[in-house]
Amino acid sequence: MVENRPFAQFMAYLTLAIGILVVAFPVYLAVMASTFDTATIINGNMPLVPGDQAAENYNRTLLYGGMHARQPVGGMMFNSMIMALGIAIGKILISILSAYAVVYFKFPFRKTAFWVIFITLMLPVEVRIYPTYKIVADLGLLDTYTGLVMPLIASATGTLLFRQFFMTIPDELLEASKIDGAGAFRFFKDTLLPLSMTTIAALFVIQFIYGWNQYLWPLLITTKSSMQTIVIGIKMMITTTDALTEWNVAMTTAVLAMLPPVLVVILMQRLFVKGLVETEK
Amino acid sequence: MAGVTLDTVRKIYAGNVEAVKGVSLSIEDGSFCVLVGPSGCGKSTLLRMIAGLETISGGEVKIGDRVVNQVEPADRDIAMVFQNYALYPHMSVYDNMAYGLRNRGTPKGEIEKRVKEAARILAIESFLARKPRQLSGGQRQRVAMGRAIVRKPQVFLFDEPLSNLDAKLRVQMRVEIKRLQRALGVTSIYVTHDQVEAMTLSDKLVVMSGGQVEQVGTPAEVYRRPETRFVATFIGSPPMNILPGTVEGPGRVSVGGQSIAVTDMRDGLTPGSAIEVGLRPEDVQAGGVGASSLSMDVDFVEELGATQLFHGKVAGAEFIVQASTGQLPADTRKLTLAVDPENVHLFDPQTTKRLGRE
Amino acid sequence: MEKRAHISGWTLPLLLILPQMAITVIFFYWPASQAIWQSFLREDAFGLASEFVGFENYASLFEQPEYYRAMVTTAIFSSLVAFFSLACALLLASQADKNLRGGQAFKTLLVWPYAVAPAIAGVLWLFMFHPTLGTLSKPIKAVGIDWNPMLNANHAMTLLVLSATWKQISYNFLFFLAGLQAIPKSVIEAAAIDGAGPLRRFWTVIFPLLSPTTFFLLVVNIVYVFFDTFGIIDAVTGGGPAGQTTTLVYKVYADGRLGGDLGGSAAQSVILMIIVIALTAIQFRYVERKVQY
Repeated sequence: MVENRPFAQFMAYLTLAIGILVVAFPVYLAVMASTFDTATIINGNMPLVPGDQAAENYNRTLLYGGMHARQPVGGMMFNSMIMALGIAIGKILISILSAYAVVYFKFPFRKTAFWVIFITLMLPVEVRIYPTYKIVADLGLLDTYTGLVMPLIASATGTLLFRQFFMTIPDELLEASKIDGAGAFRFFKDTLLPLSMTTIAALFVIQFIYGWNQYLWPLLITTKSSMQTIVIGIKMMITTTDALTEWNVAMTTAVLAMLPPVLVVILMQRLFVKGLVETEK
Repeated sequence: MAGVTLDTVRKIYAGNVEAVKGVSLSIEDGSFCVLVGPSGCGKSTLLRMIAGLETISGGEVKIGDRVVNQVEPADRDIAMVFQNYALYPHMSVYDNMAYGLRNRGTPKGEIEKRVKEAARILAIESFLARKPRQLSGGQRQRVAMGRAIVRKPQVFLFDEPLSNLDAKLRVQMRVEIKRLQRALGVTSIYVTHDQVEAMTLSDKLVVMSGGQVEQVGTPAEVYRRPETRFVATFIGSPPMNILPGTVEGPGRVSVGGQSIAVTDMRDGLTPGSAIEVGLRPEDVQAGGVGASSLSMDVDFVEELGATQLFHGKVAGAEFIVQASTGQLPADTRKLTLAVDPENVHLFDPQTTKRLGRE
Repeated sequence: MEKRAHISGWTLPLLLILPQMAITVIFFYWPASQAIWQSFLREDAFGLASEFVGFENYASLFEQPEYYRAMVTTAIFSSLVAFFSLACALLLASQADKNLRGGQAFKTLLVWPYAVAPAIAGVLWLFMFHPTLGTLSKPIKAVGIDWNPMLNANHAMTLLVLSATWKQISYNFLFFLAGLQAIPKSVIEAAAIDGAGPLRRFWTVIFPLLSPTTFFLLVVNIVYVFFDTFGIIDAVTGGGPAGQTTTLVYKVYADGRLGGDLGGSAAQSVILMIIVIALTAIQFRYVERKVQY
């Protein structure tokens, strides 16, 4: 800091405080709404202090769901968890292997392979949504976890991140391993994998959030309510005819939907920031 | 244990770049051989070909009686110390040293015995549980050495192992490496760009330049009788002075009109032809009177403590003379240099080869 | 950049890269090429036969006033969200960059909305600004505005921009903060010695040095608004009222869901792909240090 002027400091605190309040307010409202019954919310005079329906709301939502969801939110959360873990773990698995191949081996069409993977960075699933849907349908993967996960792990982010990290590992480590009698498998298991742990964790955090928050893809390929994820489920609860919307259930679901990824960000902030900045999306 | 023999070894990189141009060399069992040269001279490439980390484009590398061109590094029975040590950052010092033995299926008890023994020799016993990042540069260097020792290889390969250390530690480790090599008696090949390191460590000194061997010999031979102008200026500090001269007749050359007697001079050189005259700064006597003498204009003096370096010009060329401190006043502007005929080196200006007696 | 040291062998690397290749080809290249191929076909009413019609699908797309409207909507939506989220994030980051007590806590309290799903963000804001029960709708109505995002397109767009901006600030904040912290303190001190006050320092020294970050974020934000806001739109407005908040991506989804015109939907997808590729190409020079093949 060049100057330490009390006024500038005060303004900085004030700006940040306002920013934090604005950012937090919508969530605060949702948490409040999850502690009242429907009637209190519908009449438009919801208090800004907690009500007494929290236990009832969370209990009912988790175990039974609402009128419109026809499916306990606990089950939706389970589906979301499977999808998020599947995407995160799947992506890490296939991308660390492909990055290992691209960086540490010389094989025919290596550059072609790299570019084939790299191009996928450019096109999110949204632009090829219906043809992808058709292929997944043809493969009989609608309403399956495989169908939810597979198309979303086809991306270059992980491969690029691992490749970038592997490039920072000194060549001499591989050479020392060679002299120490370690082959391709041992070098990967004994040296590369332990060194990659932070990168793996950072990628996991980012991909878990990405997977948990998926919307369009699960919306399309899940037809059975038992396969719904929580982010989709909440949409079903908000009906266009306002009178029928159980806002307390919807907001309880919203809180439950935010909880896992937000916790991940807060508890693993260092890894989260690393993952975010290094994948650069 | 075994010696190492190289027979016209070549390295050609993609794009027809020839990094090593047919090097033949024989390194005796148990000797300490240093490859020295400026960066890009091919010394590291040569070492890495012996290690098996680079493919050999031509020629033959033998360790003992075995041709190892197609043998994997792990099976060549060598150990290598890298410039950046290449310690496994996630393994403890103990595991770093044990890793290679474990991969070879050495029994646990034997591994422990060898690691403890190496740790004792290198005085790193108290660090065995630490990770490399918790060690100082010198300690990491020792671990890297330890990793090589435990393997009991036939050949040690060192790739500029001291260049990441500070000057003081470098001198200390240099002595230790020499002592260790003597004690273990393992054939060692050591690459460096530092000519002092090369002189002090080697039994056999190999000076390289441009992918070729310039000269092979003991440090004293290379210093006393450099075969090329390159070797003459590369080995020795400050470097040898090179003056333009002409042949006067048998045993005599002239530099800037001043006649100098030379002992080691080839017969039959045409009088009047150009020749390069090399004089080491420590071999000419400043202010002295001798068989032949040169006059020098002094520009400035560098104080080194025990000695002084007089910088200036002789016959229009840059010249440095070393003298004991106090021998001459610091404000000396003109010097007479006594030249001993034994210490004059002559080189062909075209081929840069030594023009000594055949 | 290449590794000097390699492991020999062909089969192992091919096996290692196989899973990624298979998934990429099946779920990426195959559908993408299908989209391109279908955009040149027209199916009959029963979906039994299709004929090659060249660029007809594209031509008829550009005859639809709805398509232009979706383009305009997308442009307005993107620029508003990009502008507001960048501006707010820069303001917050420049304050957080001052050596404040509890700086890490501020950072935590500002970054978590990144983890909220766009659809959930939309639901939160819808609830807050719901025409009849929203906590913040009452004060708006109190000043005489007939606030109703369900019926008024401008109100709907405002609500979308607010939710999308809210969600994106944390991402921009993190990158701006990293960018600010990467500026050497000595440069700022030199500017101070040269007599530049805090505000002048910001605009003449800090902001120009931050421009690569800003540019990178601009592109990322536009791509974000194009695709990731799908969930927000679907949850808040469903593209309405009367299709007035339908963006290009939402239109692909909505048209496709209604079924029927596969070719037209494919043509829309292809145009989107071209737009994204163009955006990525612009961004490429910032990615290329990562891709030095």
